[in-house]
Amino acid sequence: MSRPVAQLQDIRRVYRMGSNEVVALDDFSFSFGRGEYWAIMGSSGSGKSTLLNILGCIDRATSGSYKVDGEETSELDDDDLSELRSRRIGFIFQSYNLIQQLNVLENIQVPLFYQDDPPPDGHERALALAERVGLGGRLDHRPRELSGGQQQRVAIARALINDPALILADEATGNLDSKTAEEILALFDELHGEGKSILLVTHEPDVGERAENVLRLRDGRIDSVDEGQRAGA
Amino acid sequence: MNEGIFVRTVRLGIRSLLLHKLRSALTTLGVLFGVSSVVAMLAIGEGASAEAQEQIRRLGSQNVILRSVKPPEDAVSNQDTRVISYGLTRDDLRRVRESVPGVRRVVPLRELPEEVRNGDRAVRPRVLATTPDYLDSTGRVMDEGRWISEVDEQRTTNVCVLGYEVARRLFPFSSPLGERVKIGADYFNVVGTLLPRVRLGDDPADAGVDSTGEVFISLTTGQKWFGEMLVKQRAGSREMEEVQLHEMIVEVERDVDVPFVAAACRTMLAREHDELDYEVVVPLELLMRAEETKRIFNIVLGSIAGISLLVGGIGIMNVMLATVTERTREIGIRRALGAKRRHIVIQFLVECVVLSVGGGLLGIALGIAIPLGVERWADMRTVVTPEAPLLAFAISAGIGVIFGLYPAWRAAHMDPVEALRHE
Repeated sequence: MSRPVAQLQDIRRVYRMGSNEVVALDDFSFSFGRGEYWAIMGSSGSGKSTLLNILGCIDRATSGSYKVDGEETSELDDDDLSELRSRRIGFIFQSYNLIQQLNVLENIQVPLFYQDDPPPDGHERALALAERVGLGGRLDHRPRELSGGQQQRVAIARALINDPALILADEATGNLDSKTAEEILALFDELHGEGKSILLVTHEPDVGERAENVLRLRDGRIDSVDEGQRAGA
Repeated sequence: MNEGIFVRTVRLGIRSLLLHKLRSALTTLGVLFGVSSVVAMLAIGEGASAEAQEQIRRLGSQNVILRSVKPPEDAVSNQDTRVISYGLTRDDLRRVRESVPGVRRVVPLRELPEEVRNGDRAVRPRVLATTPDYLDSTGRVMDEGRWISEVDEQRTTNVCVLGYEVARRLFPFSSPLGERVKIGADYFNVVGTLLPRVRLGDDPADAGVDSTGEVFISLTTGQKWFGEMLVKQRAGSREMEEVQLHEMIVEVERDVDVPFVAAACRTMLAREHDELDYEVVVPLELLMRAEETKRIFNIVLGSIAGISLLVGGIGIMNVMLATVTERTREIGIRRALGAKRRHIVIQFLVECVVLSVGGGLLGIALGIAIPLGVERWADMRTVVTPEAPLLAFAISAGIGVIFGLYPAWRAAHMDPVEALRHE
């Protein structure tokens, strides 16, 4: 396995619900290699969303260690975690989650806006990415004026603007028809081809099969790991 | 770069507010009315106080005015003689002139209850017998001709100066200069006329007196023809009064001495007069009282304006709290994409400030328009001082920040995971 881009060690995540404790992740240890394309699968309640939130640094583990790109996150404060998200993580959501007040070009640049020391070429990068996802002609459209597939393309461009170490996609094709979903998945294949590290959470087997490797979760633990699925196929 | 971020944040704030145009507009109304009432009320208050102060200054802030006051009937000692004697005397005049330090000059006034006629036109003005100093001490301005001179006084010549109103009434079609008028039983040559003086309005010292209905003669002439006795016609009866001087205008050398001169006059008069048949009016004291009134007025006004601005601020806070809840998901997205808490705080604070400053600017415009209308239709003087709009602007911006802090803080401290899950 290549040098890990995301390394989880003895991760426990416990939610308190009144007097009950719900263990979402239980002594979870795993490493995702750089440049790998993983599908994370499991039934609802298996802990895959919790895992994704921890991987994306928007949630913290109750205990354990998590390293992104070699950097330990458990000691970071809120500002540092935010900065880390804006530099190393690219989020893609099921419901696109674009900001309604902003046009395509502005939406793509949002992560740069929050960096402490944003790169000077953000505008050019955003233009290039919009072109790349096929929205070069709709730069000043608002999200409402775009179809679902187009919105998800904007979201992908946004996830790429900071040249992230890790792209996290949460049911990225869940709201799309099969043809559009296929286009988005093709885009992921392309990104994987370029050496990006992609973690895709899904419950659809079809989608999961597109990934290089599959990690299955059950009850907050690893159920199975299929490596080199496509290579083997 | 920082400036770029600022401009972008403000523009984003405006855009976010434009997503709900009606709501934003209604929210600004609270601040708009608060600010406009501050500006308008300050302008009206300032105008009223400026007017009062001007009136008092016209009495002369360097002057102390002594007046004869008729004591209550039962206090008058010699009831049955039907001659009531009271008031300031020529001895008082001499004493003030000679023994009160810091006095530049003292102008005596005597008021004669005489009718003034030109042929069959007749008026009953205040016929005032005074000295040549009167004009300088009161700052009255000549319209035509000349004022009563020293020579007139020495020779007790029959000359008079007409007030503007009297001149107009007696000589509606021609200049009164060189004409003769009959004052009481004697004829006087008109040597000059005075410009009108703006009415002294609410000043208690001059209330109800049409100050342009005046005719002036020299004090010595008045004494020669009309004596000390004043005969007042009352319904069916006559009343005799003996008043040597009705008024003394004591002009003080330096402003700072006014309180001492006033005190000295009071002490002197108290010693010489058995009863309170005089009053001492100090325009400077009136001025200070007017300042005090203005201060109280400002406090009352400030409280009212403060309450209305508070209401406006609470309106903003209310709407922002609703907005924060409504935009929970947007906050979650921004946090996931790397927004730090301060970014979220700034974003919502900017929106609050845009709302309140927008309302503030419109409020200033309305607040300046209202005094113009008041001046036009209510015939009241107003003064918009440059500080008022600036103050109002600062207050409205401050309201945005203060009432935005809590909603913004709440937005920034949401759990990103929960916020993202929010529908």
